[in-house]
Amino acid sequence: MTGLADLGAAELADLLASGQVSSVEAVQACLDRIEAADAAVGAFLHVDADRALAAARAVDARRAAGADLPPLAGVPVAVKDAFAMTGAPTTCGSRLLEHWRPPYDSSVVRRLQEAGLVIVGKTNMDEFAMGSSTENSAFGPTRNPWDLGRIPGGSGGGSAAALAAYEAPLAIGSDTGGSIRQPAAVTGTVGVKPTYGGVSRYGLVAMASSLDQPGPCARSVLDAALLHAVIGGYDPKDSTSIDAPVPDVVAAARSGDVAGLRIGVVAELGGEGYAPGVEQRFHEAVALLEAAGAKVSEVSCPHFDLALAAYYLIMPSEASSNLARFDAMRYGLRVGDDGSRSAEQVMRLSRARGFGDEVKRRVILGTYALSSGYFDAYYGSAQKVRTLIGQDFTAAFERVDVLVSPTCPTTAWPFGERLADPLSMYKADLCTIPSNLAGGPAASFPAGLAPEDGLPVGFHVMAPPLAEDRLYLVGTALERALEPSGAPLAARLVGKELTL
Amino acid sequence: MISHWLIGWISQLGRCLRPRADGCSCPHASAFGQRWLRLSSAAAVRMGRARRQELGVILSLSPQEVARLADLARIELSLAEQERLAGQLDVILAAVAVVGPAAQGDIRPTSHPLPLVNVFRPDVLAPGLGQADVLAMSPAQEGGRFKVPRILEEEA
Repeated sequence: MTGLADLGAAELADLLASGQVSSVEAVQACLDRIEAADAAVGAFLHVDADRALAAARAVDARRAAGADLPPLAGVPVAVKDAFAMTGAPTTCGSRLLEHWRPPYDSSVVRRLQEAGLVIVGKTNMDEFAMGSSTENSAFGPTRNPWDLGRIPGGSGGGSAAALAAYEAPLAIGSDTGGSIRQPAAVTGTVGVKPTYGGVSRYGLVAMASSLDQPGPCARSVLDAALLHAVIGGYDPKDSTSIDAPVPDVVAAARSGDVAGLRIGVVAELGGEGYAPGVEQRFHEAVALLEAAGAKVSEVSCPHFDLALAAYYLIMPSEASSNLARFDAMRYGLRVGDDGSRSAEQVMRLSRARGFGDEVKRRVILGTYALSSGYFDAYYGSAQKVRTLIGQDFTAAFERVDVLVSPTCPTTAWPFGERLADPLSMYKADLCTIPSNLAGGPAASFPAGLAPEDGLPVGFHVMAPPLAEDRLYLVGTALERALEPSGAPLAARLVGKELTL
Repeated sequence: MISHWLIGWISQLGRCLRPRADGCSCPHASAFGQRWLRLSSAAAVRMGRARRQELGVILSLSPQEVARLADLARIELSLAEQERLAGQLDVILAAVAVVGPAAQGDIRPTSHPLPLVNVFRPDVLAPGLGQADVLAMSPAQEGGRFKVPRILEEEA
């Protein structure tokens, strides 16, 4: 008999609804698992057991009173520490916000709570979501449960590792250039970046406002869809929220029917620079989908080769502007205020102390790209390339229903390997960035383990705006083809000793 | 002159591709880097020096220029940080410069994935954050207001 922490959200929800399990038992099982494993994994920055158990008791009481509860009521969930939540710290992985407790809830947190989900804690991340390894967290890295000497991806490495370590069945992430999908890929979990505007950004600490998008993380495709349905949809508090119905992602995840679906393999996202095991598992996955009835063809998106360059101008530019709000005046870290220094001097010292290396690098890069004389050459050109990438997507989606590629060119790499070389770190997001620039939805699904190192490989699916259902159709088809028992890839980690 | 510039370009890109001093290197990252190097160099050759100057693209940042940018960004940097960042930003800027030649011609820039429109909430009174909540996280406060360091520089 497996423990409650080993169950997925859909299974737990069934047991909760039928009264076989209480939310308190489910939440306690996760808290016990966190207690046992998180010293080694480091997925969480903050766990509030008392508050989580109180929320679980409240759900149990409502159920006992006969209330008609939403499908995931009582199920535990972990939230990336980039989302504002009252009564808890929201650090965004930064010293600058180490002691900040937000005076309001993000819309994502509010929707989780209204749907009866129980937030067990806030997960670790690269500082201000800047990174692909979670090594940039000011509070120490998160470790990959598949190999504790390796990175769990980033920036949402904490959410992905919490899932792979069975510390929570569901988690929330945010994706600016791949921060949901690349951690999902390297931890053998599922991560979905919805259409830009599909999930409210209200209360998400902003990095690059035209790219940031919250989304669901889970171990199985159906679990991700169930969470997606909870957090998705129009929010008047986010001026870029799309006022349209969320596609029926749960029905798509239950169906998994890809018969006749036209799948385009992106010619530019593969070949040299991609690990052999990543390529092998990717092509096997494509063959499995073809066997399930999908029609596969190769599609060229010639401007995708420029996406990384455009992204590393647009993202730092927006980030340098967004992070200007951290001025040490109204909230956050303030240092050097001894009466002798001016506000500007205090601001400079506080930002120097509060920001880590990667944040400084991107803020200064963005300041440069936006500065007079260089604006047209860098930011202006990057915006035009963004148009070209959008046109590539539009042309491709006239021929196919979804585009596919590996999620990340490699599997998880050892700690420290790319820290001194920012460009090599940035390249982890090569395949995921185009969808952020164009705004369409995309997801990473487990595609098995690379033969050479036994580490998870991610299968990346991209769809046109508001066609999230296609992502889930493909995800479920792949999940069934790879594991007829329905067990998620991460199930191989159940029972694994996670100690340093 | 052009050859001198090209050598500089390639050596800057090469900096990120060299094996690390501690002997730890990633074969995938390096193969990847070489592909990137070819793309970037080819684009640079196509661009030509005159066009590059016309576009205002520079490929080398001095520590002093980094200090000026840090000043604009209100971040105090040590000399060591200025030097380290200058080297790293050079490599990044050389790599992202490929957008320049690709963006020639009449292409409409995209600032946002959605067509942005002005959005108004219904004009309904609702409670906002109270003063105590707003001030609760302030580094310093006095008399119900944020207390900040002096905002005027000392007189000369």
